[in-house]
Amino acid sequence: MAKLRDEVLKIRSKNAGPFWLTVDIFCGSPEAYRMVKSRLHTAQVAEAFALTTNQLKRFDIEDLSVVKFSLPRPAVQGSIEDRDMHGASYAALLGELEI
Amino acid sequence: MVKVLVPSGALGLNYDKEALARGIAAKPDIIAIDGGSTDSGPHYLGRGVSKYARSSTKIEWAGLMEARAEADCPLLIGTAGTCGADSAVDWMLDITREIAKEQGSPVKVAVLRSGQDPEKIAKIYGNGRIEALPNAPDVMPDDIRACTNVVALAGAEQVQAALDTGADIVIAGRATDTAIISALPLQRGCHSGGAWHGAKIGECGALCATNPQSGVILIEFDAEGFTVTPLADGAQASPHTVSAHMLYENSDPFILYEPGGHLDVTGAKYEALDETSVRVTGSEWVPSERYTVKLEGARPAGFQTVLMALLRDPNYVENAQLWANDIIAKCSAKARDRLGLSDDEFRIEIRLIGHTASFGPLETAVPNPHEIGALGIVTAKTEALSNEIGKLLNPYLLHHPLTQGEEQPTFAFLFSPAEMPRGQIYEFALNHVMALDDPMEAFRLEVIDLG
Repeated sequence: MAKLRDEVLKIRSKNAGPFWLTVDIFCGSPEAYRMVKSRLHTAQVAEAFALTTNQLKRFDIEDLSVVKFSLPRPAVQGSIEDRDMHGASYAALLGELEI
Repeated sequence: MVKVLVPSGALGLNYDKEALARGIAAKPDIIAIDGGSTDSGPHYLGRGVSKYARSSTKIEWAGLMEARAEADCPLLIGTAGTCGADSAVDWMLDITREIAKEQGSPVKVAVLRSGQDPEKIAKIYGNGRIEALPNAPDVMPDDIRACTNVVALAGAEQVQAALDTGADIVIAGRATDTAIISALPLQRGCHSGGAWHGAKIGECGALCATNPQSGVILIEFDAEGFTVTPLADGAQASPHTVSAHMLYENSDPFILYEPGGHLDVTGAKYEALDETSVRVTGSEWVPSERYTVKLEGARPAGFQTVLMALLRDPNYVENAQLWANDIIAKCSAKARDRLGLSDDEFRIEIRLIGHTASFGPLETAVPNPHEIGALGIVTAKTEALSNEIGKLLNPYLLHHPLTQGEEQPTFAFLFSPAEMPRGQIYEFALNHVMALDDPMEAFRLEVIDLG
């Protein structure tokens, strides 16, 4: 089993406003994109963030070789539970997933 | 054709001066720059202050005011002072006044204020004019009343009203990042889908190109779409960099909601004109039935005091979570006992840096650090209480033993005193839209002659 981060060019996470997080997986090639598209399951990503699959939005964007997920932030930005003001590190959580 | 020159993604982030000069030589119709966002958290809106240094803001704004005079076109800033609250707009106006005096050139300034009266918003909340967006917090009218600042995000219509005054400079409070760029092209009849799409591509400056920190880009809008050109040496836009920018900080990379409708870029075509420029056509603007503006609000959420200790002893590094849990239990009991507090009046947390601080319960890696930063975070209703509980926590972080029988351990403190008061903290309280009968009814426009 390979980790997602070893199979793609770059993973980026950012806030999409204070209540949403968005994670962009830049696969880097059409081959890597096809592999990620078929082998990275939405349920895996949901589980990593302790969410249910229907809480996630997934976009498979062939033209950019990008798979994108948008999800409710693990904690609202800047709330006392928040650990990451800009949502910067969550990319690494996704990178740990095995595909 | 309408040419919009964007110096950078935000005032305060600096811009490439040579590239700006190239932009001025291209004879822009307007210079537009964003002044803020929610991205740095609720503190700025809560207090109504800027994130960036006043000195940086003034130097960069003075450069843009000079460029404006040379180009003889309007200069526009949206979401002035990071949060776009009225106090931040006044701060920006004050800086502008100083510069106008120093440069000795009179300017006409239009000020667009986006601040809302929390009491008024609380009153109309629940009458059908305010609607929650996906994943909005549960809000009661009193939560809105508690906000220190509520702002509405201006769209193209309000920015156009400010431009219609004939002002040299427009200082706008909270506005959508895109509206400050799309306003003039829309007003002059450019393609509406192209105007909004080009504005979204340009709102972060050269982030849509290579060499993103160079900042300056020129966007040319016309009847079918737009062309984007980064102006710094070595900065190049390609169909890939431009289309990929729709991913950035967007929960949906194809749809963007704005006051009065939404942008749909599903059918957009990206074409390289040469090594640096990209032409985009086929984007669509879909008007909505109701005209709505987004609301943002921040309210006080208590006071915080933080402390930090470093664990380097291998036994304590290995058992850090156990140690931290025990401290929280014992110190919380002491706070209840000595200060007569109930559990809902305070919160003590210890985040273990190098261990689980990034993801907490979501962490999947097995920690294997040689040192750990133990960040104690105390939150309470008053500053006196958060500092008092911080002092209760201090001896635990310094000396708490894992076992009763061992010699008293001591851990590394970074500072004296170890307690660092963070003051009042804030939280975002709204993720809603408000319907307006007239786009200007929630905004105020003032024209001021300076210099």
